Amino acid sequence: MAQLLEMRGLTKTFGPVVANDNVSLKLDAGEIVGLLGENGAGKSTLVKMLFGIYAPDSGEIFFDGQPANISDPGDAIAQGIGMVHQHFQLVPPLTVAENIMLGAETVAHSGVGAFLGRMNVAEAEAEVRALSEKYGLHVDPSAVVEDLPVGVQQRVEILKALNRGARLLILDEPTAVLTPKETDELLKVMRALADEGVGIIFITHKLREVLAVTDRVTVLRNGKYIGSAITADATQQSLAEMMVGRSVVLRVDKGEAEPGAPVLSVQNLRVKDDRGSDAVEGMSFEVREGEILGIAGVEGNGQREMVEAITGIRKVEGGNVVFGGDDFTNASPRSVSEWGVAHIPEDREKDGVVGNYSVADNMVLNTYFKAPFASRGIRVMSEVRKWALQLIEKFDVRPRTITSPVTSLSGGNKQKVIVARELSADNRLIVASQPTRGVDVGSIEFIHNQLVHQRDAGKGVLLVSAELDEILGLSDRIAVVYEGQVVETLAGESATRERIGLLMAGGSGDS
Amino acid sequence: MKDVKPVTLFFAVVALVLAVISYQWDGRQTEAVVSRAVVEAGPLLLGALCGLLCERSGVINIGIEGTMLMSAFAGFFIASYSGTVWLGLLGGLAMSAIVGLFLAWTSITLRQDQIIAGTIINIFALGFTSFYYIQGRTMPGVPSVSIPFLEDLPFVGPMLFSHGILTFSAMFLVVVVHLFLYRTRWGLRTRAIGEHPSAADTVGVNIISLRYRNVILASMLGGLAGLHLLQSASSFQRGMTNGKGFIALAVMLFGRYRPFGAMGAALLFGFLGGLQAQLQFKGALDIPPQFFGMIPYLLTIIVLAAAGLAARPPAAAGTPYEGA
Repeated sequence: MAQLLEMRGLTKTFGPVVANDNVSLKLDAGEIVGLLGENGAGKSTLVKMLFGIYAPDSGEIFFDGQPANISDPGDAIAQGIGMVHQHFQLVPPLTVAENIMLGAETVAHSGVGAFLGRMNVAEAEAEVRALSEKYGLHVDPSAVVEDLPVGVQQRVEILKALNRGARLLILDEPTAVLTPKETDELLKVMRALADEGVGIIFITHKLREVLAVTDRVTVLRNGKYIGSAITADATQQSLAEMMVGRSVVLRVDKGEAEPGAPVLSVQNLRVKDDRGSDAVEGMSFEVREGEILGIAGVEGNGQREMVEAITGIRKVEGGNVVFGGDDFTNASPRSVSEWGVAHIPEDREKDGVVGNYSVADNMVLNTYFKAPFASRGIRVMSEVRKWALQLIEKFDVRPRTITSPVTSLSGGNKQKVIVARELSADNRLIVASQPTRGVDVGSIEFIHNQLVHQRDAGKGVLLVSAELDEILGLSDRIAVVYEGQVVETLAGESATRERIGLLMAGGSGDS
Repeated sequence: MKDVKPVTLFFAVVALVLAVISYQWDGRQTEAVVSRAVVEAGPLLLGALCGLLCERSGVINIGIEGTMLMSAFAGFFIASYSGTVWLGLLGGLAMSAIVGLFLAWTSITLRQDQIIAGTIINIFALGFTSFYYIQGRTMPGVPSVSIPFLEDLPFVGPMLFSHGILTFSAMFLVVVVHLFLYRTRWGLRTRAIGEHPSAADTVGVNIISLRYRNVILASMLGGLAGLHLLQSASSFQRGMTNGKGFIALAVMLFGRYRPFGAMGAALLFGFLGGLQAQLQFKGALDIPPQFFGMIPYLLTIIVLAAAGLAARPPAAAGTPYEGA
């Protein structure tokens, strides 16, 4: 098909940092190009220049064979470029139709209504319905966005772009927030859109998705164009090596587990969710020293509430949480942490770091009150700095500065700060919830090795993840949860993707 | 209307039944209370509309009190010196627009703390109007309108159909603000920039200009609230707002940031005011008038504590927009 987009020799610098150095990218109509790279490789910068959020220092953009003059997102939209942002640009209390027409409202065509800008909601909803049928993106136009699951909200974002006549769609890490099933649906939708002639730039970390849906792949590293590949000729291994620039071990290398005494025992646990309905309904399992117990399950089946109950953040309604031999049911987070529980939380921005605090302060969030970081209630900053400098070196946090606020770090590096803090304390149990979400391949490898390392040091690891590959690759035993209960516990080596997938969906596993 | 909750309906029915019983018991007295309730509700409602329009656009306005005071001050003296009440009303509106421009400038352009900006307005207004106040002047009254025949209806006649023009304007503006907020392009964009401004920005809505316009427009509603006080008092007094701008904030919260909700809340507060006035006139109860005078303020505290927890403010209220 005809060439839709060509970005030629784009360079963008932020102060001394070269975010994009002479990067080029081509895209045909109806083609899906995967844009790959580690965190900070310059993928977001590149597409933000295309969408008019940043202006390139040099280089040219051709859209439809014409030099494109894009100075703000409005220009980009007008020319037929749509972007689905990583953080949804939807107004939660408004309906689907209101969100889709915002900025290009369907108003009365004549008379006083046209003068006052009276909206024609019925017509807008009909338009949305027609559009969603055309592309197979099913969504109720009168539903309120905040009531919809994340996957459906994303569909609304895509419809919003298509409604404005987008012929080029930029999807910025769209699958980071989706469940495996939603991801599969999204990939199907992308294929369908491409068949309709829409060109798609697909940014992701997940190599499986890239191989499943793209036609070509372009790889960036450290702001530079590294190369392109036809997807059919590529493998996970080859792409990972292009991204990281060295050979990467995708399969975690781990020996036999040598499980010891139980370090965590959860007995018939009952927990409610934020809205007060039952989320965990009688969950029981054990984590022993020197083993990794993986909790597999579609998100929203009580995992979050279970983890929060264990770590003392959420109230336990019934049952027991026992560390070693001691009952810690409804204990305070401080006493849980002091007993030796490390917690890598699911929502790192909200529960893992204090964004405005420096990297150094974040490294001692769980120990700042103790020696050597405090003496008689006064903080000893020299010790904090020394410790933080050690950790950023050991855990490869970039940039290598401990004074900048954590918000200025990329997602992967924020996660490294949390992992560094939690795994460096003297712990007996590690509770890791979605530890590699939105993290690049190199960091995933690192975090996985750290977890295995902790296991080998005789600690118990509770790994909660929606990524089946992660669960299968790391776990010595796997407990599958469905609707707040453990439906089955399997030995790690005998578990298969298919069987776990079936159990996660509520199937018996025997059929 | 589809968004009326059963609980709202329940209270409306209870109020109506009580009113009918009371009317049977003492017709004149009841009419006086409800009529007074509507008048007392007027400035609270206009003030609440001012607050909700600002917050719906993402700007917190706690300077309603000061806006009302400045507008009443300007309205009084312009009417007094020109001898024309209409000029006074226009002058009051213009003054409140200037106050709105100040709030918009500090909170949108300078991105200052909006609570402090509002506090500045309140403190400045009290000092300014007290200092330049001249005693002994009078102004022509704000005209009243009685709708023929309808005003003679028992009970609803004095309640709804015979008032000063500003009380009518308050009733009218509730409907207008509701319709515009929920049915027009302007309203959709306003709600969007108060909840998730970058979502509106990425589809080409100019947030800065829309916020400016809405804050100034809203402040003019606050100005009307101040002029409404003039309508009742027919003169200006130092500190005549007497906390009504803050009660308007409570009315806005109690009404859950919705125009008709604010109307219901304003009528409740207005009713207490009307009841207090009547009981005071009659000397019916051997309770110091100050005690009744306290009730609206007490209710404000209770409402702010209870409703403040339940009502969800627009997500972006109080946050200056920094760009996508």
